[in-house]
Amino acid sequence: MNTVKQKKNKKKSIWLDVWRRLRKNKMAVGGLVIIILLFLTAIFADWIAPYSYESQDLLNMFQTPSFEHWFGTDEFGRDIFSRIVYGSRISLEVGFIAVGISLIIGGSIGAIAGYYGGRLENLLMRCMDVLLAIPEILLAIAIVAALGPSIANLMIAVGISSIPGYARLVRASVMSIREQEFIEAARAAGSSDFRIIVKHILPNCMAPIIVQATIGVAIAILTAAGLSFIGLGIQPPTPEWGSMLSGGRSYIRDYPHMTLFPGIAMMVTILALNLLGDGLRDALDPKLKN
Amino acid sequence: MNEKIIEVKELKKHFKTKSGMLHAVDGVNFFINRGETLGLVGESGCGKSTTGRVLLRLIQANSGEVLFHNENILEYSKPDMKKMRKNMQIVFQDPYSCLNPRLTVSEIIAEPLIINKVYKTKDELETRIDELIGRVGLSERLKTSYPHELDGGRRQRVGIARALALNPEFLVLDEPVSALDVCIQAQILNLLKDLQKELGLTYLFIAHNLSVVKHISDRIAVMYLGQIIELTDYKSIFKDPLHPYTQALLSAIPIPKLGVQKERLILRGDVPSPINPAEGCRFAGRCDYSKQNCFEETPKLIESEPGRWVACHYVRQLEQN
Repeated sequence: MNTVKQKKNKKKSIWLDVWRRLRKNKMAVGGLVIIILLFLTAIFADWIAPYSYESQDLLNMFQTPSFEHWFGTDEFGRDIFSRIVYGSRISLEVGFIAVGISLIIGGSIGAIAGYYGGRLENLLMRCMDVLLAIPEILLAIAIVAALGPSIANLMIAVGISSIPGYARLVRASVMSIREQEFIEAARAAGSSDFRIIVKHILPNCMAPIIVQATIGVAIAILTAAGLSFIGLGIQPPTPEWGSMLSGGRSYIRDYPHMTLFPGIAMMVTILALNLLGDGLRDALDPKLKN
Repeated sequence: MNEKIIEVKELKKHFKTKSGMLHAVDGVNFFINRGETLGLVGESGCGKSTTGRVLLRLIQANSGEVLFHNENILEYSKPDMKKMRKNMQIVFQDPYSCLNPRLTVSEIIAEPLIINKVYKTKDELETRIDELIGRVGLSERLKTSYPHELDGGRRQRVGIARALALNPEFLVLDEPVSALDVCIQAQILNLLKDLQKELGLTYLFIAHNLSVVKHISDRIAVMYLGQIIELTDYKSIFKDPLHPYTQALLSAIPIPKLGVQKERLILRGDVPSPINPAEGCRFAGRCDYSKQNCFEETPKLIESEPGRWVACHYVRQLEQN
C-alpha cells in the first residue's frame, strides 16, 4: 500500500516540477493569474455584473464612464461593463472548445500520420495541405456561412479551420519520438500500436502541443471576434467582444469608449494567453531542469 | 548440451532507397547454442544491428528463416509473436534514448510485465520489480527516479532489467557498452556475464569493439557488407584468422605496449556501397588475393575446419598475385 502511495506522489511531481519552473517566470504567472480571473469572471458573471447584459436604458445612451456605469453605456443604454463580463463567457467558451475540437481531430490525424507513415501519412497530410491552402479566416467564414451563424457553428468553424496546424505539429513531434529506441523496446515487449502512441509517444510530445494550444486559444478568440465583427458569429443581443467592437465602430469618433473597453478586454486576454504559452514552453522543456 | 536455441538461415533484409536496393542483410546464416554468446562484429553500416532487429522482428525480413527452437518465427501470426516476444528481448546501444523520459525506473521495468499481463496483483508486480532492480545492481532508492537523473551505466542497467523482466531465454545485446566509458563498460560486461551464468541466458552480442567482444563471446562472427564472412570460436579467430578481411581487421587492434610496433595490413579503397552490390565476393575489390572467380561467384560460408566457418574461395591457400 505504501509503495503505491509513493508512486502517486511521484507521478504528481512531474507537474510539480513544471509548476516550480513556471513560477519563476513572472510574466507567465501574470498571464496565468489574468486567465484564472477571467474564468472566475465568466463563472460568476451573474454576481459580478451590476446590470443585465440586455436591459436597455434609452435615457442613458452613450454615457461616458462613471461610477454608475464603469465603462459607460452603448447606443441602447446597456451597461458596457456588464456586457464585457458576460462576453467573457462566450469568448472563453469559443476559444477553449474550438481548440479542443481542432486538437482532438488534428492531433489524432497527426499522430496516426506520424506513427504509421507511408501512404496513409501521404493521404492524410495532403488532405491537411488542401485545408492549409485556404486562409484560416476565409475557411472559417465559409463554414459559418454554410452552417448559419450560431455559437456552436462558430466553434466548429474556428475549430475546423485550425485542424491542419495541429495535425502538422503533432505529426512532426510524433515522427521525432518514433525513432527513439524506447519505442522499439516497447515493441519488443509486445506493446500494441495504440499503447505505444498513447503511453510512450504522446506524453513526450506534450510540451509543444500544450504551448500551441495555449496560443491557439488566443487565436481562436480573435478569429471568433473577427467573425462576430463581420456579423457571422454571435448574434445580438448576446454580448461578445467582437460584436461589441463592431457595434461601437459607427460611433468611434464621438464615443470611443464603446470600442475601447471591449478592445482592451480582448487584448488583455490574448496577451495573458500568449505570456502563459511562452512560459509553459520554457517550463515544459525537460532539458531545462531547474 | 549443444542444443541450438536459435538458427538463422539465408536471412535477407533489403531497404528501398532512392538509388536502389540497399542490401543491409544479405543471406546471413548462423546458429547459437543454449547458454552461449555469439559476438557479431563488423564496421559501421555492415548490417549487424539490422540483423539483431530482424531476429526479433522489430524489422520485417524480406526472406530467410529465423528458427527459435526449430520453429520459424518469421511466419508467426501477430498474437503468436506477442507470446514469443517473452522469450527474446533486446538491450539497446544508446542509454539515453532507450528509456522513456516520462516514466520512472520502476514504471519502465514494469512496462513489459503489464503489457503481457504477467501478474495479477500490484504486490506481485512490485516484488518482481524489486527483484529485478536488485539483480542488475541498482539501489532501491532509484526506483522512483526518472532516467535523466541517472548516469549512463545506471540507465543501461535499467535497460537490462527491462529486458530481463519477462524471463527471456535469448537476448540481443545491440552494442550495449559502446556508449559507456571504459570502467563502466567493464562493470556492465561483468554484469551481463553473471546474469548469463545465473539465468542460463543466450546472447547475441553485437559490437564493433573487438576487445569487448573477445571478453564476452564464445564464438565470434565477422560481418562485412551484409554477409558473415567468418565465424569461429573466440580463441582461434584472434590467433589464426582465415579470411583476409578478418586478418586486416585484427591487425588494426593496437597493442598497449611501449615500443611494440605491429605490422598493419592496410586495405585498399573504401567499403563499397551496399546499394545494389555486384556479384561475387563482397570483399574481392579490396582483397590482395582476389582472383578472377572471386568477382564472379559469391563464396558460401562453409565449415573449412571443424567449428570454423569461412566464406572465401581460397581458404588456406592465399598467396599474393
